[in-house]
Amino acid sequence: MHTRGVSLLDRWRQLRGVVPDDDVAGRAHDLVIRGNEFGFDEFGLSRSSFRGVMTVSRWLYRNYFRAAAFGVENIPTSGRVILVSNHAGQLPWDGLVIAAACFLEPAQPRVVRSMVEYFVPAVPFASYLFARWGQIIGTPENCRRLLAAEECVLVFPEGARGISKSFARRYQLAEFGTGFMRLALEMRAPIVPIAVIGAEEQAPAINVKSLARLVGAPSFPVVPYPPFFPIVPLPVKYRLYFGEPIWMTGDPDDDEEVLEDKARTVKARIQAMVQHGLRERAHVFW
Amino acid sequence: MTDARRIRKVVITGISGRFGRIVARRIHHELDWQIVGLDRRAMPGRPKDIEHHQVDLRSKKARDVFRAGDVDALIHLGVMHDPRARPAELYSWNIAGTTKLLDYCLAYRVPKVVLLSSANVYGPRPDNPQFLTENAPLLASQRFPQMRDLVEIDHLVSTFLWRAQQVETVILRPVHIVGPIHNAPSNYLRIARPPALLGFDPMVQLIHYQDVADAIVTALVPGRRGIYNLAGPGEVPLSAVLAELGRVPVQIPHPVAKPILQLAFRLGISSFPVAELDFIRYVCMVDGRRASAELGFRPRFGLRDTIHAVDEPG
Repeated sequence: MHTRGVSLLDRWRQLRGVVPDDDVAGRAHDLVIRGNEFGFDEFGLSRSSFRGVMTVSRWLYRNYFRAAAFGVENIPTSGRVILVSNHAGQLPWDGLVIAAACFLEPAQPRVVRSMVEYFVPAVPFASYLFARWGQIIGTPENCRRLLAAEECVLVFPEGARGISKSFARRYQLAEFGTGFMRLALEMRAPIVPIAVIGAEEQAPAINVKSLARLVGAPSFPVVPYPPFFPIVPLPVKYRLYFGEPIWMTGDPDDDEEVLEDKARTVKARIQAMVQHGLRERAHVFW
Repeated sequence: MTDARRIRKVVITGISGRFGRIVARRIHHELDWQIVGLDRRAMPGRPKDIEHHQVDLRSKKARDVFRAGDVDALIHLGVMHDPRARPAELYSWNIAGTTKLLDYCLAYRVPKVVLLSSANVYGPRPDNPQFLTENAPLLASQRFPQMRDLVEIDHLVSTFLWRAQQVETVILRPVHIVGPIHNAPSNYLRIARPPALLGFDPMVQLIHYQDVADAIVTALVPGRRGIYNLAGPGEVPLSAVLAELGRVPVQIPHPVAKPILQLAFRLGISSFPVAELDFIRYVCMVDGRRASAELGFRPRFGLRDTIHAVDEPG
């Protein structure tokens, strides 16, 4: 709890004291991974690589971002599910924190498969490391295949509009795409809404449009402290709120407007969870 | 018209290659069909009961093979890949040759045509879905003109499939065929210290050469027509395949790999065209569910056996 008059050092000690001892090896062993005799699933995920990345993520989750997760019982222990979250912060640390939460918090850990951009396979090392860690190229076919295999897929329907939003627009959700809604209807998968509090302040950036045009990137974020590019996020405190699963019904081939309406209901739910989370917290950093 | 007791006759193009011989042997043993080979190369040491014509597919002599009207099937394996041949020559051979063959099949009522195409026609691309279905566009020639012939033959035969309803046409698109044969993937996997691209390790699918021969035999069953991917026993990273074979890859940063390979190719040290680098960089994998549902095709060989097939004595 935040109380005035407590010294920063005391606060630091208090924070250090509550870090639980996670059994990363045991949890990695409990993961349901459909590996072949070489230990890889069809997308290239391997248990040992996933365990490696979770060892690092655990430190970020527990010690750096000191994340708190609420409503983890809403993550189904098995079966297909689409996690839908707000997205911000210039670099996708929120995706990593959600993945760490689904690995560390529930009784049955789950692998979160998130979508990466189409250019990633052309980037050395990222091309195969992301695959070993369970990340997939965000094509509808890939999502369909994973949901059919009863896996857990993370979608940020705000997409690039969300992650590159400027600091002034924090916690105002950008327009949702409809791809996730079509998938949910087609695959009859429940949607678990997630509100991430913290990520939207991890990089108080403005987007310099002229520089973005110059380098041909979708955005060019600049932060007011060295190195002026938001590589290292601020040590904000992450709070994750997992909402109750939403079952949508309808025709996946409906008109775009109908799907937009449905996507808006999910967006409204997440926006409400975000407001609730913002009211509950005492401070950005603790 | 067709008498059940009459011995069936199959024409196989490209029979002189290692894979062509394997297919011929399988059909000979399992179906007991009469086999006629068409190849521009000679076929030394062929069994006495195999008829072989060392001809150009575009020539009159090739037509004569079909003229009697007793051919029951054509198996087209004779796609020329020789990376050292002149592109114009290759094009003429492959495209004109295939067009002629299809004309003969139509004119002389051949009821079955089987083309051995390749999953490579989809092309390795960074934005590929993990598994390409038969409906995916054939984009391989966008990045490498060298793949143009392969893609165009596939297109030619697909058009034929829809145009010539009276002919049962089957197009097989297997993933990298491995075995004691001479094709790019098998040759690559036999190198003790093969080049690899630093920071890239795509998932790959391999298929055992005997499994592909199985699929060809299955495709000959009357009533089967269509386009089928052959996916093989599973997916593994390229590095795991090389480790399984005990190969030690030489990691080359991709910006310099192209010029190095180009130079090696020019000097005759390597036989791999530069365009093939993308196969060890990006994913090009297929969904084989249609072949298993409609042809009942399932690979007999597991992942490990398939990988080790490259080291089988030829």
